[in-house]
Amino acid sequence: MYIRHLQVTDFRSWDHVDVPLEPGPTVLVGQNGRGKTNLLEAIGYVATLSSHRVATDAPLVRQGCERALVRTAVVNEDRELTVELEIAAGRANRARVNRGAVGRPRDVLGILRTVLFSPEDLALVRGDPGERRKFLDELLVQRAPRYAGVRSDYDKVLKQRNALLKSAGKKRGDDPYAASTLDVWDDHLAKAGAQLLAARLNLVADLAPHTGEAYAGVAPDSRPARIAYRSSLGEALPEGYGEPGGERADPERLAEVLRVALGESRAAELERGVSLVGPHRDELDLVLGDTPAKGYASHGESWSFALALRLGSYELLRGEAGGEPVLMLDDVFAELDKRRRARLAEVALGAEQVLVTAAVDEDVPAELTGVRFAVAEGEVTRD
Amino acid sequence: MYEGVVQDLIDELGRLPGVGPKSAQRIAFHLLASDPQDIGRLREVLGKVAEGVRFCEICGNVSEGERCRICNDVRRDATSVCVVEEPKDVLAVERTREFRGRYHVLGGALDPLSGVGPDQLRIKELLMRIGSEEITEVIIATDPNTEGEATATYLVRMLRDFPGLTVTRLASGLPMGGDLEFADELTLGRALSGRRAL
Ligand SMILES: Nc1ncnc2c1ncn2[C@@H]1O[C@H](COP(=O)(O)OP(=O)(O)OP(=O)(O)O)[C@@H](O)[C@H]1O
Ligand SMILES: [Mg+2]
Ligand SMILES: [Zn+2]
Repeated sequence: MYIRHLQVTDFRSWDHVDVPLEPGPTVLVGQNGRGKTNLLEAIGYVATLSSHRVATDAPLVRQGCERALVRTAVVNEDRELTVELEIAAGRANRARVNRGAVGRPRDVLGILRTVLFSPEDLALVRGDPGERRKFLDELLVQRAPRYAGVRSDYDKVLKQRNALLKSAGKKRGDDPYAASTLDVWDDHLAKAGAQLLAARLNLVADLAPHTGEAYAGVAPDSRPARIAYRSSLGEALPEGYGEPGGERADPERLAEVLRVALGESRAAELERGVSLVGPHRDELDLVLGDTPAKGYASHGESWSFALALRLGSYELLRGEAGGEPVLMLDDVFAELDKRRRARLAEVALGAEQVLVTAAVDEDVPAELTGVRFAVAEGEVTRD
Repeated sequence: MYEGVVQDLIDELGRLPGVGPKSAQRIAFHLLASDPQDIGRLREVLGKVAEGVRFCEICGNVSEGERCRICNDVRRDATSVCVVEEPKDVLAVERTREFRGRYHVLGGALDPLSGVGPDQLRIKELLMRIGSEEITEVIIATDPNTEGEATATYLVRMLRDFPGLTVTRLASGLPMGGDLEFADELTLGRALSGRRAL
């Protein structure tokens, strides 16, 4: 798929801008702070309904404005759909497809698929486990949009259950209803958690070979990179789950395993007032050779690992139904040595559409020819 | 900020659900410009509400007398009870004209975050009704969201030991994460006729 047209109003630094786009490589060049990343962020928002830089919507709306508008015309196998999002801080967003309102913004997920690699991605390697869970869940939603609902159901059940654990823990067991209602929430947490967990495990099994290969491509002299899902279920996780070529994770079986684990940890959970098992406590291990990347990998290795996670995601998505994703590379060539640049340029050249940003032309590899836009104060002009 | 009582009115209106500051202001100025007779009627109704709205002693729906119109209606099927969260859900189900039984209003759903457990809902009353009336079917029509689903599961657990009682849940097809009240009649009607046994 590719974006044929991008229109942005009152988004970040942009007052209003119209950018006609084409398949193949497009390079956006402009000085620091001119709004290049803002444009990619706007596109990414249409694909994921979230920003890769901030957790709330407020910073996305141009200062002094009430709402931001992002409109993209997306072409997927000769079919064009226009997705329009109205982002208002502190209020529900509104979405339109081909100018008709859709029930919920979530309904636009899947129309545009993107993979964005940006400087922020260093946090995938160096940040908290939450960063890596978010990485997996976002990729899951790109792969199958229904997981946006699964994820949000799980979060809601988890919050309710934690609230109950806190209040029941205080009362110390002399509440006859607490145990029976906790059973109910266990049941729902296990069901929703198993769906999310199974999907993540299968995702990691499918993604692992791609990331390994991508890492070897960008850093051929380095030790091999490996990713592995580490579940809070520990030994109780059925063998082979989450491993390439292993058994596919079955949500029904996992629900049963989760139910048992929740039962076993109930005393400890009442004591501490939080849920101790479930996908919200899991981790994606990143390993270089035989040491964890986090805390051990060099800057260059960490950077390459982050890049491999994104390129691996890209390869995975493009090999599946749903349309080849749009690749976005924000400011990344400057960080890479010559060889890695060349490798990344090669991948980019093979993409149906790739959007690249750079502060100066010298940062863009020469082989990456295509459309060039100059991004200046408040305008984007094609050369 | 407006002076005195006008601002008080705007503030009070703004505390109502679904009314933002702008709408509050619009409603306030509408009221200020209204006919004194209209205001009088509104005041009268609010007064009656404040004196205490009555709830049907059987089903918990809002009611004019001790028992609501539905519980008093002998033409309604007394063997079938539809369990809903709020009085507004009774209206939603009634609009479908698919259901000829009676209701039981829980007064909410399990919601630990807001401190609502089974004790805060009219669940004991439901169990008593099932024990004493001629009820043979219970249709659980709680909202298709996290709290409503948990409430449904809880009810199923409580009801499964009654011999000869059929317990059904509204068929899916209702948008998940939704509110029964906002489901359109057709969807809700279909969900009712396609309810599944649990
Ligand atoms: N909500 C907002 N309202 C107005 N301006 C904003 C808003 N959010 C960010 N900006 C401005 O946008 C600019 C940053 O834009 P962006 O991150 O896209 O720059 P860039 O072109 O990618 O720069 P670099 O080359 O340094 O990465 C900053 O000057 C910032 O002040
Ligand atoms: Mg930037
Ligand atoms: Zn009644």
